[in-house]
Amino acid sequence: MNFTLEIWRQDGPEAEGHFDTCEVDDIDSEASFLEMLDVLNDRLIHDGKRAVAFDSDCREGICGTCSLTIDGVPHGPRQVTTCQLYMRDFTDGQTIRIEPFRSTAFPVVRDLVVDRSAFDRIQQAGGYISVGAGPKPEPNSQPIHPEIQQNAMDAAICIGCGACVSACPNGAAMLFTGAKVTHLNLLPQGQPERFHRVRSMVRQMDEEGFGGCTNHGECQAACPQEISIKVIGELNIEYRKAMIEKLRRRRGTQEAQ
Amino acid sequence: MSPLDLDPRIPEGPIDEKWHSWLDTHRLVGPRRRHDYKVIVVGTGLAGSSAASTLAGQGYTVEAFCFQDSPRRAHSIAAQGGINATKDYANEGDSVRRLFVDTVKGGDFRAREANVWRLAELSANIIDQAVAQGVPFNREYGGVLATRSFGGVLVERTFYCRGQTGQQLLLGAYSALQNQINEGRARMHSRHELLDLVLVDGVAKGIIARNLVTGELEAHAADAVVLATGGYCNAYFLSTNAMGSNVTAIWRAHKRGAAFANPCFTQIHPTCIPQSGEYQSKLTLMSESLRNDGRIWVPRKEGDDRPPAEIGEEERYYYLEERYPRFGNLVPRDVASRAAKLVCDEGLGIGQTGRGVFLDFRDAIAERGHEQIEQRYGNLFELYERITGESPWDVPMRIYPAPHYSMGGLWVDYQLQTTIPGLFAIGEANFSDHGANRLGASAMMQCLADGYFVVPHTVTHYLSGLDGHIDNSHPAFAETMTRVSQRLERLRSVGGTTSPTVFHRELGHVMLDRCGISRTRDGLEEAITKIQAIREEFWRDLRVDGDEGELNQTLEYAGRVADFLELSELMCRDAIERDESCGCHLREDHQTEDGEALRDDRRFAHTAIWEYTGKDSDPIRHTEQLEFEELELTQRSYK
Repeated sequence: MNFTLEIWRQDGPEAEGHFDTCEVDDIDSEASFLEMLDVLNDRLIHDGKRAVAFDSDCREGICGTCSLTIDGVPHGPRQVTTCQLYMRDFTDGQTIRIEPFRSTAFPVVRDLVVDRSAFDRIQQAGGYISVGAGPKPEPNSQPIHPEIQQNAMDAAICIGCGACVSACPNGAAMLFTGAKVTHLNLLPQGQPERFHRVRSMVRQMDEEGFGGCTNHGECQAACPQEISIKVIGELNIEYRKAMIEKLRRRRGTQEAQ
Repeated sequence: MSPLDLDPRIPEGPIDEKWHSWLDTHRLVGPRRRHDYKVIVVGTGLAGSSAASTLAGQGYTVEAFCFQDSPRRAHSIAAQGGINATKDYANEGDSVRRLFVDTVKGGDFRAREANVWRLAELSANIIDQAVAQGVPFNREYGGVLATRSFGGVLVERTFYCRGQTGQQLLLGAYSALQNQINEGRARMHSRHELLDLVLVDGVAKGIIARNLVTGELEAHAADAVVLATGGYCNAYFLSTNAMGSNVTAIWRAHKRGAAFANPCFTQIHPTCIPQSGEYQSKLTLMSESLRNDGRIWVPRKEGDDRPPAEIGEEERYYYLEERYPRFGNLVPRDVASRAAKLVCDEGLGIGQTGRGVFLDFRDAIAERGHEQIEQRYGNLFELYERITGESPWDVPMRIYPAPHYSMGGLWVDYQLQTTIPGLFAIGEANFSDHGANRLGASAMMQCLADGYFVVPHTVTHYLSGLDGHIDNSHPAFAETMTRVSQRLERLRSVGGTTSPTVFHRELGHVMLDRCGISRTRDGLEEAITKIQAIREEFWRDLRVDGDEGELNQTLEYAGRVADFLELSELMCRDAIERDESCGCHLREDHQTEDGEALRDDRRFAHTAIWEYTGKDSDPIRHTEQLEFEELELTQRSYK
């Protein structure tokens, strides 16, 4: 198969970026999208040119490193991570436009590589249950209904890729944050820090420059893990509860947290 | 160089008291003093994140490093199937001893008994720890934890989170690390790669890391260094490892004096999606939990390329069930991989390349119903369909073995310390625990046991014996940095025409062919000659585009390939010297009449330990004799 690629090139965070057009010929239809880029890079290197910088690691859809926007869609047309996209999903002779994930909170590092450390900082703000290593209670002394576990798992499978942010017209990170809050706040282990967690994570999310949700639903449509927008509802509910709890505490009617 | 200290430091006493008695007597560091000690942890997978968060939680100052853009992306995330623990929830009489026996036997009696016992003992604590962190393990209807049988064992001791157990356990460890970063006790250096170790008077005192974004070299001093940098199966180019997984950290440590144990012990996993073309960059593992319900077969007739549905029951060769009636499709990984290779060598393989076998769910779906199979394997079926375009609901999966895990790694004593004082190796980066073959659902167990429960104590013991700290103004840092910088310059200035991928792929062909599922002395010797030729060509015709002082992925990759080109030779040497078969290491001249691995316990019941002696001289092979006090050495039989 042959393709014309319009690829975003940018030398560094401060540099101006632009699209470069190049042809790639003789690509096997069974090659993955990233393998097509590997072939391109080998050829560029061989021709004495600069290879295109892009991130990938596990190449099986779980590490969340891929960060390409393909023809305007984060990860490309099939709602899977880019590494799971195959050239058989495209038509021969097609022109494909490749850009990095676009969001002010994800600055470009070089070419197609972006900085998503803002996600780590949101997680640092409260995306955990504070327990050190050491003796712990017997887990079966606290049964968890399988449905709760399944719902927690549906949220916990987030791979932190950032497609949700990139797809959102507001650049919101609420699907990501909502997924983590939902996972931990559903479980009995997550209860003691429940309100603190949601408050701090939302505060951090705002500080990082992410926008707010206005129900476009683009995040859910782009999420390769098919995380439901319901988690944003959960996030909002949890946040409101946390605010009420804070008010009550201020009025001295409630002690906890 | 001083002679290697290869004392395994196994505590005295009965096997079930060794770890407890060590814990009771090891030296401590007072809580107020801990902040003054700095520990570097390189790698943030299950082992690294758990170690970094635990050490920080104890009060030490921790600096963690990973080459990925976030610690959450380490390749542990891709582990699918589960994690073993001796909880015996299924009331089958499971125990520490049984897990110990299975692990030592599964490793074909090439692991240290005392380490394996400790691992089995700690296994239950890991589950407790993970549940407390909010890891959503699958539950039964009554809300208690669910377990299943996995990879060559007869009890249900494997805990799982659907098919994404590694992801959930890693996110648990990652969240613990994020907690410590928030507390200010740990600092994270993402997109940083270790390029050398700094030794002061033969003791590990820091690292030189390259900031992959700016290209800057940084000197980081510490009182102890923990390497949790994973395995080296990317020496085969095509493997189930992530693109970035590499040997550089442990290889550089090896060249600075850390002995390398059993480099030829690499596991070829039986259930991966077969290769489809030369452009392919990696292979995808399908969890071996699929073998619980899937049946493996090939057509009995050579060249039978009818659609599988048209091939009748009596025309199907269920070779694992026929050859191993007791374990059937659940034989250990090495046995399953070898059997697949054998039937393909006989010409019965399926698919275009003839290197593939069927993994068929037809009977399981008929017997258990669509819903139950969907619940167990739904996401794995989806994954398979996404990659191959074929649905396992309609046609059997095609699978073939692929390099997956390296049992070999840096030699460590019972305290997980390498032959360099102050340098510890944990998780897949060390050689311990799995012997010549790792059982399914044991990797995550080892990583987390090392990280949460072993290394925090053994590092404490080490730190308490130190006097004074060293900072990076010590001349050893500048010297090492100069050497690193010269090497980068050498890579950049070769000035050839070929990208590192090309050399890496060539190396992979040689390794898979000669140092893969089965090995011969002649083949290995030939491989060494070929590897040397590829290496020479690499240093003559490599081209690295771009500069050093910026994000330069070709430069990063070239450095890793250069290290694989050196390691591979040692893997082949080790495979030559181990003149027996055991576990993953099948020497064609040492097999039973049925084609099973034939050990030579008289000559080889030991760990091979390699000492680096310089660029132009041959490495020296030392040994650590393995004492089997609890178990009698027997021929493994899964029949």
